Amino acid sequence: MPYQTTIGSLVYRFADLKTLLAKASPARSGDYLAGLAAATYEERMAAKLALAEVPLTRFLDEALIPYEQDEVTRLIIDRHDAAAFAPISHLSVGDLRDWLLLEKTDSARLAAVAAGLTPEMVAAVSKLMRNQDLILVARKCQVITRFRNTLGLPGHLAVRLQPNHPTDDVRGIAASMLDGLLYGAGDATVGINPASDSLPTLMRLWQMMDEVRQHFEIPMQSCVLTHVTTQIQAIEAGAPIDLVFQSIAGTEATNAGFGVSLAILREAHEAALSLGRGTLGDNVMYFETGQGSALSAGGHHGVDQQTCEARAYAVAREFRPLLVNTVVGFIGPEYLYDGKQIIRAGLEDHFCAKLLGLPMGCDVCYTNHAEADQDDMDSLLTLLGAAGINFIMGIPGADDIMLNYQSTSFHDALYLRHVLGLKRAPEFDAWLARMAITEPSGRLREIGSGHHLLKQLPHISGAA
Amino acid sequence: MANDLIQQNPWDELRAHTSARIALGRVGCSLPTREVLKFGLAHAQARDAVHRPLDFGELKHQLHAAGFRTLKVRSNAEDRQTYLLRPDHGRHLHGDCQVQLLHELPAPEIAIVLADGLSAVAVQRHALPLLQAFRERFDTDWANTPVVLAEQGRVAIGDGIGEALRARLLIVMIGERPGLTSPDSLGLYLTYAPRVGCLDSSRNCISNVRPEGLPYELAAHKLDYLARQALRLQLSGVQLKDDSNLRSVLQAD
Repeated sequence: MPYQTTIGSLVYRFADLKTLLAKASPARSGDYLAGLAAATYEERMAAKLALAEVPLTRFLDEALIPYEQDEVTRLIIDRHDAAAFAPISHLSVGDLRDWLLLEKTDSARLAAVAAGLTPEMVAAVSKLMRNQDLILVARKCQVITRFRNTLGLPGHLAVRLQPNHPTDDVRGIAASMLDGLLYGAGDATVGINPASDSLPTLMRLWQMMDEVRQHFEIPMQSCVLTHVTTQIQAIEAGAPIDLVFQSIAGTEATNAGFGVSLAILREAHEAALSLGRGTLGDNVMYFETGQGSALSAGGHHGVDQQTCEARAYAVAREFRPLLVNTVVGFIGPEYLYDGKQIIRAGLEDHFCAKLLGLPMGCDVCYTNHAEADQDDMDSLLTLLGAAGINFIMGIPGADDIMLNYQSTSFHDALYLRHVLGLKRAPEFDAWLARMAITEPSGRLREIGSGHHLLKQLPHISGAA
Repeated sequence: MANDLIQQNPWDELRAHTSARIALGRVGCSLPTREVLKFGLAHAQARDAVHRPLDFGELKHQLHAAGFRTLKVRSNAEDRQTYLLRPDHGRHLHGDCQVQLLHELPAPEIAIVLADGLSAVAVQRHALPLLQAFRERFDTDWANTPVVLAEQGRVAIGDGIGEALRARLLIVMIGERPGLTSPDSLGLYLTYAPRVGCLDSSRNCISNVRPEGLPYELAAHKLDYLARQALRLQLSGVQLKDDSNLRSVLQAD
């Protein structure tokens, strides 16, 4: 169905809903690369004006990618909850923005409509929202998940400790892990991106993390970010796997490029649940996403990159994950060119995921060929803290020596806690105090060379 | 700078196991000045590696002095800005250059492409020593083997070059995306029977070539092994496994 707006004497026409969404999207290099972006500033505003008038029900009638062609579309349509949608079903996209910003639209109301919102509705409204709107509404959403600790409580922030090493050296990984724990990081998960995909190498990583966790009785969960089919194999081989990880995207074709499908993810989810390793809850999945992956894999079907990203959240919420993470600046400048685009995308992803009911975190990051630096990351980090982000990354000195990009450091997390008064996951926080790593206030204590963890962890992990 | 302002971390010795930035110490909850400056310098070097143009004249001069035959081409990306925003332009050999290559003597067996990629400094530093180490191992008509210098090139620009020169095997040496601790990594890509439109799955890759990563001798050994196997089996990519025994060459050296 075509859409149109008249500005002065000029009539702007948009052939269909996906074209309208793409033209209304804030400027970013990936949409230009795909040839989908608005040609002029006025065309972009014309698209926003037209989009604001589109009834939300229209999104249930006009699939961006045909139902018959794409299992993610089928998932979105088949899972749509008409009862949850009822209170907002009379609204247009523009009305939805106004409704979201009302004071009476509180956490409970937002949680109640989550199952009635589709990713496309959420992506659409985000395109009409300023950064402060994205922060304000996301902050009202509460998404609490549990495995061995409790994540996502209001006023809390968790950190994924990311102790990567270019050759998966267990001693090197353990050294970064120890550094992070002594800086009070690791409550979201300790998650290693391995360089290798050989099962014996990966088994050592799972075993090392599990031995450390058990020895020091740390209320945390570990994860090795390898392909989901490798993790299924490892579970069969008896690996001590807490969380199962996978990169996911918003179209069937892109997921196929990642070597996954909904069926494979279901199998992995069931395998992880069968281990029953969570003590407080059974949120066992960890997903990563990021704008641009669909275009990069040639699986975008003419849908803009931010809407494709929101569709990935439909895949994620099917599996009740513990953590979802948008790796926002990793993909490179041909998708998100500079600090401005990365910051906007990070806020959009967090907002869309939270509104859809996901425990969203963000890898606040950039590559060396993007027009961005640590100052941009400080800005995004602070904005996401204000928006109530569930977790961020913690990497020694913000420098990932395996993946060759810059993210956030253990120090960055301390900064955000200090400025915004954010606490760690309560169970992990209590452990840190017991281990004399933090004071009861949550501040770091001075760690002497005789500290228990420092003396023993290198031996347990084989690092000594 | 005064060290007594900094809360030190007494686990320095763990740095023996990793080049990760551990045990940095803190001032309040923040990084000490020395660490902020160290990081800033590393980032500056990585940024410069992306934006500094490759000195093609100097490289050509060095290659000639070492006895290599060179040619010069460019991609459709007219500048670095376009190169970064439009990967598709960097993959395409400029039309004028294609015509020029069609008039050149065809490649006797292999064609080699040196592309600036995302780190000119990687190519400037490592391409020639690596080529020399490879020439010592790999027997071919070196006097007529074209070494093509490609400006604003991505890996796939080699396909158009290899096709125009009718090469049986294409080797692209290209500057990789620079990391903070590795601004000068060279990547090597082998493609058997290169044609425009080759899939990435039909290539073999050797990554992180630099003295602190994969040293020249080891990289040349791997490259020699893959090149011989590709020519013998008449294929490259996922079907061609790298079984070169690095341990044996390490001991032999």
